[in-house]
Amino acid sequence: MSRARAVALIGVLVAWALVSYGNVALELMNPVLLPTPGQVAAVLADTVADGTLVRHVGTSLGRVAVGFGIAAAAALSLGILAAMCVPLRLTVEPIIEFVRPIPPLAFLPMFLVWFGLGEASKIAFIGYTTFFPMFIAIAAAVLRVDVPLLRAAASLGAGRLDLIARVIVPAALPGIIVALRLGFALALFVIVGAEFMGADAGLGHLIMEGRTFFVPAQIVMGALVLALLGSLVNALLLAAERRLFRWREAAATS
Amino acid sequence: MTMTIQVRGLSRVFAGAGGSTPALLDVDLDVAEREFVCILGPSGCGKSTLLNLVAGFLRPSAGEVRVNGRRVTGPGADRGVVFQEYVLFPWLTVAGNVEFGLRLSGAAAAERRGTVARYLELVGLAAHAAKYPVQLSGGMKQRVAIARALANNPSIILMDEPFGALDAQTREVLQDELGRIQRVEHKTVLFVTHSIREAVYLADRVVVMTSAPGRIKQIVSIKLPEVRDRFAPEFTQYESEITRTVKEEVAKVHE
Repeated sequence: MSRARAVALIGVLVAWALVSYGNVALELMNPVLLPTPGQVAAVLADTVADGTLVRHVGTSLGRVAVGFGIAAAAALSLGILAAMCVPLRLTVEPIIEFVRPIPPLAFLPMFLVWFGLGEASKIAFIGYTTFFPMFIAIAAAVLRVDVPLLRAAASLGAGRLDLIARVIVPAALPGIIVALRLGFALALFVIVGAEFMGADAGLGHLIMEGRTFFVPAQIVMGALVLALLGSLVNALLLAAERRLFRWREAAATS
Repeated sequence: MTMTIQVRGLSRVFAGAGGSTPALLDVDLDVAEREFVCILGPSGCGKSTLLNLVAGFLRPSAGEVRVNGRRVTGPGADRGVVFQEYVLFPWLTVAGNVEFGLRLSGAAAAERRGTVARYLELVGLAAHAAKYPVQLSGGMKQRVAIARALANNPSIILMDEPFGALDAQTREVLQDELGRIQRVEHKTVLFVTHSIREAVYLADRVVVMTSAPGRIKQIVSIKLPEVRDRFAPEFTQYESEITRTVKEEVAKVHE
């Protein structure tokens, strides 16, 4: 992490501490409504100690992994197919343009009606939410692959499947990784909403529990854990990306 | 004797906003095995279109191209292509690029290594095998592209203004090298250029094309020794002869 980022994060923490502890001292508003870093840390310590946090995080991540995994596999294969096959693209495009502006959460109740309150509805909802943006971004990345690259490979003997595996995927990979990062961030984003409704575990449930039992510190703690998870996954994907795309940095280091 | 490349009645029309324009009209051309043929003409004369039709990147509007007796219906490993803009795979190393066709044909690892080493040696890039294309100069990239095409052992090499994007010095160095490589490899080569000097330096025959629509105007056999001297009187004679022919064409465009 760069120095500037560390300073910025510490700055936010200090500001939060000043405002919340200041509020405790001056009683400008009910201190329960504005949890202090200490209270949040205490809730964190409690939930870590009794294992509930690990269970909730595990449940949420499991749902995200399955839903996102299915959506990513579908978006990758259909995105490549749609980019390569003009009639398919022309058929799919208007459907996607129609569905895309609908906020995914508007459909959440529908998923609960269809798939019940169990795991299936959450997984299906995450799959539905993340598929469209990933599909669009992957198809766009494949469409941007230089035609001369395909011609060069074809004149070296590449068939249709070789073209996909050896040219289209590696050439579009930077765009594909961006699409996957976007999709994963979105999955974390919507899983909370899905777990607000009819879930008995997961970070969304933990946060909602904080509201039900009036423990604002637990709400803040849940949100911070989500932030941590999000940036952790993002950092992992960025590191993978840097390893994968050494060829782009080769010029700078030579 | 069947010719390596047979072009018969070949035409190609491009449909555009302002109606359709014929880029190539009724072209006949035979290229013998191991022959080096340069297609020469002003820009827009359809010379790249002709090359793309032989490569199988474009479909003819009329007529056909046959390679070793078989009708061309798409690109294939029997026709290696070298592009003006190199078109290397940026995510592969120099060696990986040269190896690309060999991997597709399922050659064994040891064979691949040997072939890659041989062709990198041939183009003078043995020391750069592990580099990525972004680390290379234009001239080096084009050497990689030439090695990549040769390593796949096609019967024909198609070159589309391969030295057009290079500076004058690098251009002559690469012409020398291509001449040297051709004396080792003896490929059948179809080479598109707009440089008369380059054509006379490299070709066994120079095909001069007319512009809009592209047709063959004249075919000049270059009867010069294999290793050519750009300053020999016979060389300059060919140059001025072909220059006169091309000038008529350029003048026609401006009328």
